[in-house]
Amino acid sequence: MTLFLQITLAVVLVMMLFFLWPTFKHWQEHGPKAKEGDWQAVVLPLALVVGLVVLLIALVR
Amino acid sequence: MANADYSIVRGAERAVATNKVLKNTYLLLSATLAFSAVMAGVSMVLALPSWMYLVSVIGAILMGMFVLPRTANSSAGIGVIFGITGLLGLGLGSILTAYLALPKGPEIIATAFGGTGLIFLGLSGYALTAKRDFSFLGGFVFAGMMVVLIAIVANLFLQMPALSLAISAAIILLMSAFILFDTSRIVNGGETNYIMATYGLYLSIFNIFISLLQILGIMGGDD
Repeated sequence: MTLFLQITLAVVLVMMLFFLWPTFKHWQEHGPKAKEGDWQAVVLPLALVVGLVVLLIALVR
Repeated sequence: MANADYSIVRGAERAVATNKVLKNTYLLLSATLAFSAVMAGVSMVLALPSWMYLVSVIGAILMGMFVLPRTANSSAGIGVIFGITGLLGLGLGSILTAYLALPKGPEIIATAFGGTGLIFLGLSGYALTAKRDFSFLGGFVFAGMMVVLIAIVANLFLQMPALSLAISAAIILLMSAFILFDTSRIVNGGETNYIMATYGLYLSIFNIFISLLQILGIMGGDD
């Protein structure tokens, strides 16, 4: 049962890859480009997320 | 002068429309999260087997790919999104049942729940208040999504715990970026369909919760 479901999930995920490809191409080619300071504004909150996850791991250990 | 008045009116109309999408998105998101929680409870009471999670994920992906985009502009879309989130809730319940059987299971579930809430509220608040357009993340998040999908497919058969941990960590970062991207698109008028906006945010929250559960389950052991 589980193997059958794993194979089905793998097929569905590969289908999803093909489904996502045009969206990826669209954003890659026509999406807005980052301006100065944009990446910094993303890296900072993501670093805080990493810090929070590390804290949560320490809490449950 | 007339042109300036027209611009002001158009700007105000756009702001009202954006606020409406934002309000409807958060209302629907709250309702779908609550419905998911109810379905997870039902699944736990019925003690559904853990393979139910795979069934629910397969069903939700197929509905998200083929049914939701065709119904998102009609009232039927509301029913479809409740169908998807209910199905994922059922699957989540079967995972939670397995985690509750672990020695620190309840603690891990509560910590993952709190962590997911903190991440979502923090990032949404940041995206709503930062005067920035995060839609430049589009190429990055979709490229990351495709890499993670390939890794998930590989690990379905390889079953490597280290890869599983790396995938969970990558998903948390990727879904965090998706929260910034999706919220920013709603605020800046890039997403005008609140059903699709809800679907995006719901998936980010669901994936962060599942990945946190996995990371805390592996790392939170006594050994």
